[in-house]
Amino acid sequence: MKLEAVKRSALLAMWFILLTFPVMVVRVNTVTGVVQWRWSNLVLVGLGSFVISLVWNWALARTAGRGGEAAEAGATDEATGGSGLRIGERMSDLRTMLSEPRYRTPAYALLAVVIVAFPFVMSLYQTNIMISALVYVMLALGLNIVIGLGGMLHLGYIAFYLVGAYTYGILNRFFGIGFWVALPIGAALSVVAGILLALPVLRLRGDYLAIVTLGFGEIARIVMNNTTKFSGGPQGIGGIPRPTLFGLEMGLLGVTRYTYYIIVVVVIITVFVVYRFENSRIGRALAAMGEDEIAAQAMGVDLTRMKLTAFALGSVWAGIGGVILAARTTFINPASFTVWESVIVLCCVVLGGMGSIPGAIVGALALILVPEYLRAFSDYRMLMFGAVLVVMMVFRPGGLIPKRRRSYTVDVAHEEEVVS
Amino acid sequence: MILDVTELTMDFGGLRAVNAFSLQMDKGEIIALIGPNGAGKTTLFNCVTGVYYPTAGEIRIQPPGNDAESIKGLKPSTIAHKGLARTFQNIRLFPNMTVLENVMIGRHTRLKAGVLGAILRDKRTRQEEEQIIHDSFRILKKIGIEQWANNQAKNLPYGAQRRLEIARAMATDPFILLLDEPAAGMNPHETKDLEELIVRIRDTEEISIFLIEHDMSLVMSLSERIYVMDYGKLIAVGTPDEVKNDPEVIKAYLGEEVSA
Ligand SMILES: Nc1ncnc2c1ncn2[C@@H]1O[C@H](COP(=O)(O)OP(=O)(O)O)[C@@H](O)[C@H]1O
Ligand SMILES: [Mg+2]
Repeated sequence: MKLEAVKRSALLAMWFILLTFPVMVVRVNTVTGVVQWRWSNLVLVGLGSFVISLVWNWALARTAGRGGEAAEAGATDEATGGSGLRIGERMSDLRTMLSEPRYRTPAYALLAVVIVAFPFVMSLYQTNIMISALVYVMLALGLNIVIGLGGMLHLGYIAFYLVGAYTYGILNRFFGIGFWVALPIGAALSVVAGILLALPVLRLRGDYLAIVTLGFGEIARIVMNNTTKFSGGPQGIGGIPRPTLFGLEMGLLGVTRYTYYIIVVVVIITVFVVYRFENSRIGRALAAMGEDEIAAQAMGVDLTRMKLTAFALGSVWAGIGGVILAARTTFINPASFTVWESVIVLCCVVLGGMGSIPGAIVGALALILVPEYLRAFSDYRMLMFGAVLVVMMVFRPGGLIPKRRRSYTVDVAHEEEVVS
Repeated sequence: MILDVTELTMDFGGLRAVNAFSLQMDKGEIIALIGPNGAGKTTLFNCVTGVYYPTAGEIRIQPPGNDAESIKGLKPSTIAHKGLARTFQNIRLFPNMTVLENVMIGRHTRLKAGVLGAILRDKRTRQEEEQIIHDSFRILKKIGIEQWANNQAKNLPYGAQRRLEIARAMATDPFILLLDEPAAGMNPHETKDLEELIVRIRDTEEISIFLIEHDMSLVMSLSERIYVMDYGKLIAVGTPDEVKNDPEVIKAYLGEEVSA
């Protein structure tokens, strides 16, 4: 068994050496016509792939073992969150602990203090980063409704973000409308855009839906790129005012803190609304549709209405996020709304755990904050990004904080239910 | 007559899966549809429940206390709302939801709470929510799978999954329950329990039952009338005894494995 693994890794290492030989070992200097043999690279590739393969197989075997146990336990005992490495178990212990009021209240109080104190303790730069991360938290929570609950692969989500941002930008440019008026308008227009997109794609599923939404996102961006008179074209719109507070004069620091608190409040509202929605009749029906459309229909779930609801309720947060983005950066242009942004939001959701609210929050914070603090490695950013996603999907497909099904305790004897 | 299917035809390209099939069902009946594999039985179910739009023919229902109406071409969700509930030949539960949640989805069509109610969580919504949990649990108990209420549906043993499908269908308050091979894959013991369950549902819930089944002993002992389908056509109809001795039926089943 052990020897087998070593053998397999050795074979794999040889294969990698062969594969990378022309690139990593041979170097031809075309000017002088000299061939350079870099044998040390060969050793590095060999050793590296050997070790990685060993660790990989070991971890895989571990997960498989755990997954089996978890499934068995799940059949007899309570439904478990699925398989995972030790860190996952610790996390779920933490969650169980947090569901007790005794620990929950102080934990939330601590969290509240940290959140409130953050912009005063941290620098302006940190606060700014946190604001963008929180905007992504909102986006992830919104997309989570469409993808995590509704099971619809939506790759054009950033278009609604764009709608929000440009609503504020354009309204301000032509009518001088301020932040607080633009906020609800941006939200409303995003909902309209969401429904407009949902109507033609009602019949589509899976890959087809993904392609159409992808196209929609690009269309929105390209339209903004080309309607120069209206949207400023590639130059975008500048000089967008920051949020105001009863005409109070605030310095850059003050207004940044103020923006931070606005986004914190909005995120809290988002979490509140999404949480309540998820645990409601409509939210449940949406989740059912995500699991099996045919069965959901047969149970009386109207797919058309469900999809429209999901798109509308998913887009509204992107719209609000967009308005806040425009107010924070005071400048918007189409380059900020590429497919790549949609993919990042999708990654936040998947990394955090599909359909899981704490997952979306943690996923977004992790994906946005970690690269910011690892600027030193910015050359390898994409590489690490990809590696993290691959590792996650292999070892922890449920995400960092997998969705946990709500369990209901029912007093059988009295037929009285107490919701836990 | 609570269900009246007349001259129903369903084509898939050049294939006529259901061919001018007519069927009637009275209140309180248990009827069965049998036939060799690929005869078109599931397709008939799919037409009746709105999954497919039939090529020709008519489907009418008479819900209790309402006028007779056509349901041909309505959306599956509308048909479910009108009181036809079904199970699937290949189990189609919501695998990652809990057993209780699966049944709660079944209650969906009988309730009202909307998005705004969900967010404000007003008194009516809260009461409705409590009622759903209560009702769903009661249904689980009736079907005898309440001990798994908080398990994910995919972790249930096979027989229990089939029963959960029935529980979920019953949660929609149907007056007709359509069961597509409910005993498929069950052992004799589970089949016996299922038989008892189906009779109990009919007797205590005032639900009429229309089932497709391959287990001949189950069909023969349960059904009051049996429709036999072959190549989409009706080849015989009658009591179990009449059907058993019908030469057409015997011919259709020749070469088929029948555990009669
Ligand atoms: N969606 C479909 N598209 C094309 N052919 C279908 C479809 N559904 C069923 N059929 C065909 O219709 C015939 C009847 O199938 P079905 O109703 O599933 O049979 P049964 O349930 O009696 O075993 C089969 O030949 C099957 O291949
Ligand atoms: Mg069938």
